[in-house]
Amino acid sequence: MATQSLMRRLPPVSVIIASLVLLIMLILVIFAPLIAPMDPRDVASYSLMDMEIPPAFMDGGDPRFLLGTDNQGRDLVSVILFGLRISVLIGLGAVVFAAMLGVVLGLVAGFFGGVVDGIVMRIADIFVSFPTILVALLISGITRAQLSAETMLAWAPLVLIFSIAINEWVQYARTVRASTMVEIARDYVRAAKVIGLPAPRIMGRHILPNIMSSVMVIATINLAGAILTEATLSFLGAGMPPTYPSLGTLIRIGNQFLFSGLWWIAVMPATVLVVLVLAVNVIGDYLRDHFNPKLMAR
Amino acid sequence: MIRLFSVRLLQAIVVMVAVTAIAFFMFRFVGDPVASMVREGATQAEKDAVRVALGLDKPVFVQFATFVGQVLTGDLGTSYRYQQPVTTLLLSRLPATLELVMVATVLALSLGIPLGVLCALKPKAFLSRFTQSATLVGISMPTFVTGLLLILIFAVNLRWLPSSGRGDLVDIGPWQTGFLSLSGLKSLILPSITLALFQLTLIMRLVRSEMIDVLSSDYIRFAFARGLPRTYIYGRLALRNALMPVVTVTGLQIGQLIAFAIVTETVFQWPGMGLLFTNAVGYPDVPVLAAYLLFVGFLFVMINMIVDILYTFIDPRLRTR
Amino acid sequence: MTETTRPVLDIRNLRVEYPLANGDTLVAVKDIDLTIRPGEIHALVGESGAGKTTVGNALMGLLQAPGKIAAGSIVIAGKEIDLRTGRTEGIVPGRDVGAIFQDPMTSLNPLFTVESQLCEGMLTHLKLSSREAKARALDLMRAVGIPEPERRLGSYPHQLSGGQRQRVVIATALACNPQLIVADEPTTALDVSVQAQILKLIRDLADERGVGVLLVTHNMGVVAEIADRVTIMQNGAVVETGPTRTVLTAPKAPYARTLIAAVPPIDARLDRLPVPSEETQVTLDARASVRRKSARAETGSREDVVLSVRDLAVEYGGRSLLPGRKASVFKAVKGVSFDVRRGEIFGLVGESGCGKTTVANTIAGLVTQSAGSIDFQGTALGARREKSIRQSLQMVFQDPYSALNPRLRINAAIAEPILFYKLAANAQEAREDARTLLEAVGLPSDAGARFAHAFSGGQRQRIAIARALGPRPSLLICDEPTSALDVSVQAQLLNLLKDLRDLAGLSMLFISHDLAVIRQMCDRVAVMKAGEIVELSETETLFTAPKHEYTRELLRLAPSVERIFGRQLASA
Repeated sequence: MATQSLMRRLPPVSVIIASLVLLIMLILVIFAPLIAPMDPRDVASYSLMDMEIPPAFMDGGDPRFLLGTDNQGRDLVSVILFGLRISVLIGLGAVVFAAMLGVVLGLVAGFFGGVVDGIVMRIADIFVSFPTILVALLISGITRAQLSAETMLAWAPLVLIFSIAINEWVQYARTVRASTMVEIARDYVRAAKVIGLPAPRIMGRHILPNIMSSVMVIATINLAGAILTEATLSFLGAGMPPTYPSLGTLIRIGNQFLFSGLWWIAVMPATVLVVLVLAVNVIGDYLRDHFNPKLMAR
Repeated sequence: MIRLFSVRLLQAIVVMVAVTAIAFFMFRFVGDPVASMVREGATQAEKDAVRVALGLDKPVFVQFATFVGQVLTGDLGTSYRYQQPVTTLLLSRLPATLELVMVATVLALSLGIPLGVLCALKPKAFLSRFTQSATLVGISMPTFVTGLLLILIFAVNLRWLPSSGRGDLVDIGPWQTGFLSLSGLKSLILPSITLALFQLTLIMRLVRSEMIDVLSSDYIRFAFARGLPRTYIYGRLALRNALMPVVTVTGLQIGQLIAFAIVTETVFQWPGMGLLFTNAVGYPDVPVLAAYLLFVGFLFVMINMIVDILYTFIDPRLRTR
Repeated sequence: MTETTRPVLDIRNLRVEYPLANGDTLVAVKDIDLTIRPGEIHALVGESGAGKTTVGNALMGLLQAPGKIAAGSIVIAGKEIDLRTGRTEGIVPGRDVGAIFQDPMTSLNPLFTVESQLCEGMLTHLKLSSREAKARALDLMRAVGIPEPERRLGSYPHQLSGGQRQRVVIATALACNPQLIVADEPTTALDVSVQAQILKLIRDLADERGVGVLLVTHNMGVVAEIADRVTIMQNGAVVETGPTRTVLTAPKAPYARTLIAAVPPIDARLDRLPVPSEETQVTLDARASVRRKSARAETGSREDVVLSVRDLAVEYGGRSLLPGRKASVFKAVKGVSFDVRRGEIFGLVGESGCGKTTVANTIAGLVTQSAGSIDFQGTALGARREKSIRQSLQMVFQDPYSALNPRLRINAAIAEPILFYKLAANAQEAREDARTLLEAVGLPSDAGARFAHAFSGGQRQRIAIARALGPRPSLLICDEPTSALDVSVQAQLLNLLKDLRDLAGLSMLFISHDLAVIRQMCDRVAVMKAGEIVELSETETLFTAPKHEYTRELLRLAPSVERIFGRQLASA
């Protein structure tokens, strides 16, 4: 009784703020071409005349450029909006890809156990031996050696999604497998087996809905991780190219001007990145505490 | 225990074989090994000679066997970029990375464990709430951004600490250490804090959740029912149980640590193996990439073996049976 | 008062409250009085939610965080607990109150030796030197009857059996010579034979050392076995208290009567257990409807064999990923044979780990046998089964809380197998059938619109039975269907199962560890031990003239009110 009334309480203020921030960011991302003052990909829309202008609130700022301009005279607000768009898209893509792969493999491994489980989990072990960033860097190095620069450009987002998801699925697979094994020992699943329902139906109708909440929690936390990984890769030069910059690429560009006092070129996109990831993490943390049965029993 | 150990050994071998195979395919099929060995404008005859010299005319499995043999004797090929043996390159960069990782790990453990325990025991205390919020910001802040901010504040604005390199080094045999000079120590501060922050959040959260789990266990309730002092229950009984998984996770997280060492080294231009690797990705210097992959695989396997052995010493349930 | 007669525990008007998040207060214990004298074992019994464990926790200083002692006084061995703090200050748990927990598997810390866990209390409370503590630990180990005490002191908990661990727990509770011990369900997790030993140990310790024991339990047999006095609680309040014999044989309070009457007797078979029936006209109509639909009702004679199990053997483990390695094989079932006849309830009884549940799982198809045959209505059962076979064979499980999918509405859960076997033309008709089944098991027909969490354990078990009846089975396997339930709920459910058997001509394979339940339910019974059947006979024969030594031992050791006090309470 006590836990129920606790559960019905509103989430803490931090979670509400984070949700609002995330909502605003999503709107900005979806409508970026309409909102952005200029199109950073259109060379005609900016000029070198406007280069390296500090943010509007500083000495020497220009009201046209709220967050200042970069070394090519591009408006940082516009550049960041389009960068944010790419970061979010790649993050979501990686999460969806990893979740689908991981949930299916985890369910199958947990449900059938034995040899199937052994094979899937050993493969998972090998994948987690190598951290995402390392694998993604390797894939980047290999594609660089094999493909021409132009092909690389076109394929960069997909290569990134693939390199991030190829490691992250293990998290889903492990959690889903563990949850499946818990559920499978529960009598309602055993009852479904005795009733004679076929395995796919038991997995889909009985087990999956009961483990979906933990999948959603991992997906949320994982989204934060995927966005960070993409940013890190782009920062290291193994991600999105400067022609289609993500937030990470923007910070990489800005990094070169850190010592010349043009701090805003790096700090502005970095702030947006941190706020985005923080918002996702706050929500993810709340969801995890909320759905964690161990904490709920308290 | 022997059974557990042999299973682990088998897993380790599988991982190493898989890694070696990937490294081999990178060597053999990524880029053109011949093109990187001959001078520009070489004739077909010269190329063929190199091809034979490299053994590329032999069947693939023979090449793989040769490759495995070379790896086992420590021959990891020649860097395209530096035209030096990769093994020599890696070894010369090893001290830098190890010193950085060691300092960061000590920092992270010595802060992470007490903070994690505190957050579990007194979740309502100011310091716990602050730490909890701070870790959320911590995990939301990519390592490279942390590094950039530290550089911006302490190197660019305040000019207190260097932003790159290792400072003056002192040779101890083949080992070049930065511990023995003032500039070396100063250079170590920012990178090690950057790397430690990432580990710190991880350790702290893990210790906290494990501690919360252990505290709700029957044997801790039983200890309270026996009226044992709180400090004894928390500090000796519960902490020991809570730290068990920390050991495992430390083993599993070694890959993450390597990854974030790469990022930290790149941000601070720290001349370790990670920086060597990022530079190799951009070049692309395939032998270095392959060798680094092998090295990471080997390290991962070794550390996890050590963790397993360590476990049998600290967990009585594994010792006898 | 002189030293000898001074009570070791004197509780007056104890009130324990839990403030709730919405501002209300949950009164877990309502103004109870309780006195225990030296050497006396006082049982505190009641069904779940009665507040008995809360009383124990209050004494041990283990009340869960928001809970607090709101009023009353607790005096332990002449020392009063400071109630202003709501804690047991002035009384040191461990020194003044010893504790015994339910599950010996989890109450010892796996990372420390027995010696370390035994001595730490003495070092803290009695300020003994470690040599003195060790010597005393050795004495305690002998006192609780652990063989090779010197060697066992250096052992870790996982190296001891469940019974030995509980002995260590008892030794730990005694370590600082407390005058009061709180034992919270100390034998519930143990088998009958170990339970008997532990109960005897507690009785002896109380007699020899003059320790007062507060025994929290739900088992009337245990109460009859060792308690001097008993207090029955309901909803946080004391319903009746007095000497054990008086309360158990002639209860005065109405609730005490129902509770004691609901305990299945081991010495006689009753047609129905004397609990209020929930049968209404709606239930009867629904059952009639179920009976009409049940295709198999009254076809064939009672002598037909429905299920025939021959030389069944089941092994666990053995499969290993590593080639050439033979993992350790555990033989759960070794050559079991029995028949279940049409319309009969066949019982399988035995201690935990005897393989009875494995037999059930194998017949149900959840586990595959390694040898032997299962013949069901003329078809040999293996890993792969015809749909019609699966349909005729349904199962009811032990744990009501995991028996239902929390994400499915009850209607959907019951209708699913009906639709799957095409026993209803469409979803609408299947829902109708689900409603009828719910009514037949004594639940309101609108129950189907809700989710599992809206129901109590007993109600959930009824829903699970309704779901199992949906496919119109001819054999129903019941694996400990009532052992997680309170005794009055158990009685109702046992009555229901009997009614359903009579109604639909069902055969049942009924598995239980509880001999009394077996006697009430089964026509014939097989006793299992270590994977084998040691005795199989008509139930009445087995209970009146057991042949095998093991059966006799089980019957002798099972705690039972009737065995201690005779059958004087059938009138209740």
